[in-house]
Amino acid sequence: MAADARLPLLSVRGLKTYFHQDEGTVKAVDGVSFDLTPGATLGVVGESGCGKSVTARSILGIVDRPGRIVAGEIRFRREADGAGAGDVVDLAALPPNGPAMRAIRGAEIALIFQEPMSSFSPVHTVGSQIVEAIMLHQQVSRREARAKAIEMLRRVGVSLPEQRVDQLSNQLSGGLRQRAMIAMALSCHPTLLIADEPTTALDVTTQTQILELMRQLQREDGMAIMLITHDLGVVAEMATDVVVMYLGRVVEQAPVDEIFHAPKHPYTQALLRSIPRMRSRSRERLTPIAGSVPHPYDRPAGCPFHPRCPQFIAGRCDREEPVLRPMGAGHAVSCFLYP
Amino acid sequence: MARPETLLDPVPAPSPGEPVTPGDQRIFVASQWQLMWWRFRRHKVAVASAVVIAFFYMVVVGADFLAYADPNASEAQRSLMPPQRLHWFDGWRFAPYVHGVKGARDPQTFKRVYVADPEMKIPIRLFAEGFEYRLFGFIPTTRHLIGVDGGRDAAKTIFLLGTDVQGRDLWSRLMYGTRISLTIGLIGVAMSLVLGVILGGLSGFYGGILDTVIQRAIEILRSIPTIPLWMGLAAALPSDWTILQVYFAITIIISLLGWTELARVVRGRFLALREEDFVVSARLVGCSRRRTIFVHMVPSFMSHIIAATTLALPAMIVSETALSFLGLGLRPPAISWGVLLQQAQNVQTVAISPWLMLPALPVIVAVMAFNFLGDGLRDAADPYGR
Amino acid sequence: MLAYIGRRALLALFTVWAISVLSFAIIQLPPGDYVTSYIAQMASMGSAVSDEEAQALRLQYGLGEPMYVQYLKWMNQIVRGNFGMSMEWRRPVIEVIGERLWLTVAVSVSALILTWALALPIGIYSAVRQYSAGDYIATFIGFIGLAVPNFLLALVLLYLGFVFFNANIGGLFSPELQDAPWGGAKVWDLLKHLPIPALILGLAGTAQQIRIMRANLLDELRKPYVVTARSKGLPERTVVLKYPVRVALNPFASTIGYTLPYIVSGSIIVSLVLGLPTVGPLLLKALIAQDMFLAGTIVLLLGVMTVAGTLISDILLVWIDPRIRLEDT
Repeated sequence: MAADARLPLLSVRGLKTYFHQDEGTVKAVDGVSFDLTPGATLGVVGESGCGKSVTARSILGIVDRPGRIVAGEIRFRREADGAGAGDVVDLAALPPNGPAMRAIRGAEIALIFQEPMSSFSPVHTVGSQIVEAIMLHQQVSRREARAKAIEMLRRVGVSLPEQRVDQLSNQLSGGLRQRAMIAMALSCHPTLLIADEPTTALDVTTQTQILELMRQLQREDGMAIMLITHDLGVVAEMATDVVVMYLGRVVEQAPVDEIFHAPKHPYTQALLRSIPRMRSRSRERLTPIAGSVPHPYDRPAGCPFHPRCPQFIAGRCDREEPVLRPMGAGHAVSCFLYP
Repeated sequence: MARPETLLDPVPAPSPGEPVTPGDQRIFVASQWQLMWWRFRRHKVAVASAVVIAFFYMVVVGADFLAYADPNASEAQRSLMPPQRLHWFDGWRFAPYVHGVKGARDPQTFKRVYVADPEMKIPIRLFAEGFEYRLFGFIPTTRHLIGVDGGRDAAKTIFLLGTDVQGRDLWSRLMYGTRISLTIGLIGVAMSLVLGVILGGLSGFYGGILDTVIQRAIEILRSIPTIPLWMGLAAALPSDWTILQVYFAITIIISLLGWTELARVVRGRFLALREEDFVVSARLVGCSRRRTIFVHMVPSFMSHIIAATTLALPAMIVSETALSFLGLGLRPPAISWGVLLQQAQNVQTVAISPWLMLPALPVIVAVMAFNFLGDGLRDAADPYGR
Repeated sequence: MLAYIGRRALLALFTVWAISVLSFAIIQLPPGDYVTSYIAQMASMGSAVSDEEAQALRLQYGLGEPMYVQYLKWMNQIVRGNFGMSMEWRRPVIEVIGERLWLTVAVSVSALILTWALALPIGIYSAVRQYSAGDYIATFIGFIGLAVPNFLLALVLLYLGFVFFNANIGGLFSPELQDAPWGGAKVWDLLKHLPIPALILGLAGTAQQIRIMRANLLDELRKPYVVTARSKGLPERTVVLKYPVRVALNPFASTIGYTLPYIVSGSIIVSLVLGLPTVGPLLLKALIAQDMFLAGTIVLLLGVMTVAGTLISDILLVWIDPRIRLEDT
């Protein structure tokens, strides 16, 4: 974990994940690139269906059928003190269910996601599911694993962990379940935690508690977090860097302050205008983004955002595809407005 | 699932108690049925099954027209005659005929053996004259789809599917059997439907104690093995009852235990719909209970009931066939598929005269067709589903 | 958990009561009362029943008293193990039924086991490999199994066995062991003969269970907890077998209660076709001869056995589903 902070932990390049179906091919992720440094928090934002979750699942190699990674690299730096000895592996090239991928999945990259109600098996105790994860990746006895699971539950703030460990998930509240989920994800001390909409299904108070917990655990364990959300408020609170996605592509990547104070891409700007702000004047109206996200089967030619873009350049945006260009320190944007 | 157009409808909803004009109702219902028809059409096997079932019911209506011999005319001289081979062409001319058959008793085994007589050609005529019957129950006629000239002449007869032990023509008996077996299923399912809708509806709409009692009753009924019970009840029917009395008694016995599944479906729909937005809003705008049920709820689960009914039919048909097969259901001279199959009970007989097993074929085809059709209808019944 | 088992047991008790009333009705349905027919029967055999004996029988069964008294008297006799006399056989009913009841149980239980043993793996395979050739084959066989009534299937198989192998596939014992006393050889012979009737009886249930398992598992495979299990790094086989299959097992297991009555029902009529020495042929004979005590007792015993089997399977369900085990503790 004491890796060189300047080298990226995760580096995604030109990732394409397609779903081939009878009706046509859905290009859920269509050329995504971004970097994530150790210990940082990367916020991935975008509307529903923009490919955020599929990107996360591609990294873990658990894309549902018929989805498949068709191109690109997912370079991941293994733990220096672990089995991988700091090597960089291309996760996209590993067989998704092979032993190499499975040794990383859960141990070095962990996942928590949105449905706290159904992300635990209804017929197994919470504890047994955490113990299973620990025993899978660590050479410990069942008794030790159980002790670790209880310890982990205590760390994430579950009261009476000795009793909770033997309960079924439907005996826990939504907030407790998400805490238990985080305990399971962090039980093997991953270097990367992918959190896919971790607080969407929770009420506001619980949401704040869970986010605070994640920040605290990040301080203690030093893992990097890839936080997928459509909630810009959560991003502002948590992220160090932000990736904005639209229709399977990254339209803008920047440090969090730049995204909020100097957004470049018209889509990012439109997103920001559509959320309420604390300091805004009460008379100021929120402007929704014109139009709606196109159906995945017929994505527009050229820049995918052009039919909804207020600064659309006729003859250019609907013909050519913009690429992600650097715009100063850590800032990149994919738009013809910025040559 | 809901019909959102009723909520967005700019026309004010009729006040409670005001009758709904048929026009209104047609528009409300039409779009849903239209959608279901589109979905149903995609289910090719179900459409094919619907055609097969239509054929079966054409046989039900025209059994006496399709039969060419009196189904109860027995003749010891023609016992267990195998199906005759049908020749379609006489030389080059299209003129279907069969050879005459001579029967004789094998002096050693005492079995009757039949030899085709190549010299004797019996031409088959369309719309030939045969025994007298009433077409559709009221038009007296003697015409049948096929037949032979001088149908009364004992030597000149056809047996497309052979004869049974008593020398009765199997084809004609099969036509009549189809009529009885398929109508008994329909009437049985209709009775089950009435029971199922009333009890399931009460259970689902009112809930509470009534629901608990009805549900427990259903569970009890479902955990009793039905065939021994049916056998017991059927055996108790007085032996001097007429065919019609036995027919209805058997139908009642079968439907007595067959309503539980339909009740379950109806209850399930009621429970699901009770919380649907369009039902809640119908209540909120002040619809009476009766209006809520019959205008808003029933049309939207009518399709489910039709599907469940279709799926319940095969069980009815099989039950009747099984009871009659055992000799406890319909009794000769009534003819049903089960009665016909009774002759196939003995494996020695069947080994010598395998055509006696032919009545199993329509049973299997009908059961399969009803199952496929019901599956297709059930899938189509939820046009707003995935 | 205790509350659950208690509820089930109570329902089973109610069911047994309902069955006893129906069995009593079957005994009462034919015209005339039992003692009169018994006397007539005996007279036709040439042996007279003395007035005292007739009077004693009338008293024992409460003839001439209200129906519910007769029912209670009959139940009272049954609880004491007296199921009455068979007129046809002129022996106590229970003797006539004898081991046939246990053979019925053997046939039904083996059909049930076969149903499970076939439906579970095929259902899992069908769901995990949805739309594969194997899935289509399983679906097709499933439809045949549902569409062909079991007695017709028995008939066809019997015919095919007779014509092509000149072998009788019916029966539960080889002819030479038919009347032999029970022993290792006879049990082995029974086990050899059981698979065919079990397969015939279990086919429809198997078809239905495959469909249930497939549909449930397809639903479960889409649930987030499967993603959770996968994201831990478990091998795919463990992911599927340990989580979604386990969850889908519950509705699958709870349908067993509805399969058993169906199998017992089927065993009656299939036994007749295959000539199995179960209570099936006996019941038919008793009904045709209006030997009502025998018929009523068979219906009653079959019903009670079925209810007991269902109750056992309900209790086993507790073991599979921890949600019930942890309920109201």
